[in-house]
Amino acid sequence: MALKIKKKQHLAKEAEIPTSSMGDIVFLLLIFFLVTTSMNPDKGLGLTLPPPGEAVKLSKERVLSVYVNAEGKILVGEKIIPLDQLDDVVERRLRQNPQLVVSLVTDVKASYEDMIHALDKIKLAFERLKKENPEFKERISLATPVF
Amino acid sequence: MKIEAKVKGSAKIPTASISDIVFLLLIFFMTVTVFKQYQGLKVELPAAKATKKIERKRAITHIWIDAQNHINIDDMPFTLEKVAPFMSKKMQENPATIVSIWADKRAKYGTVARLLEELKKANALRVNFATLTAGGEEE
Repeated sequence: MALKIKKKQHLAKEAEIPTSSMGDIVFLLLIFFLVTTSMNPDKGLGLTLPPPGEAVKLSKERVLSVYVNAEGKILVGEKIIPLDQLDDVVERRLRQNPQLVVSLVTDVKASYEDMIHALDKIKLAFERLKKENPEFKERISLATPVF
Repeated sequence: MKIEAKVKGSAKIPTASISDIVFLLLIFFMTVTVFKQYQGLKVELPAAKATKKIERKRAITHIWIDAQNHINIDDMPFTLEKVAPFMSKKMQENPATIVSIWADKRAKYGTVARLLEELKKANALRVNFATLTAGGEEE
């Protein structure tokens, strides 16, 4: 029994994907992404903490301690200085000794804002020196308070 | 002298290339979008002039501290003791994680300092104090 299978060839004139609505779909997607995108990037003051249990002893000459007390007053060395002069003071000290480590000692009762303002000024001083010498290393340490 | 009104067939704006332009915009937004995953606490950030962007956006863990010194990580309230175990798990998943601390400016520094100690224990050493941009240094 021989069966002959007839092959029918369906030859459409031309296969076409409708593209007229693509623009509309893409517009919808675009609006979705426009709405969901949050354009406020994460920003702030970056810092690398030291590994735990590794208190490095430094000689006194290499450390510049900046104290912030509970009232937000700033003490460098022996003198109380206003906040807007802190960057200049730190910069001057860094020029005298480029190996200097700036240690920020903040009272646990101080407000976070005061500490950030001091850290900001210290960072600005380092930024200025970095502008002159890109290899200048930022050495900022946050002192661990005694709780 | 009469000014003749020039009547043309009809003014047409070419629309054929709109979808191409929109496609480009779409691709731009798709690549730029990073979805906000967490709501966070309501905080008033301090302002700082030295504010910088974090380069690696996709490996950031946010920690919120509000004015009442409540700690919140990924929308879950935390006590200080629980921060270190949680963060060390995160650091194992992605050792390049940056911790962004969103602390209210009225928060006590003591809370932040304790948090930093916990982060050290968890080996999460790259931190970022979220701040607003204030003026900026003159170039």
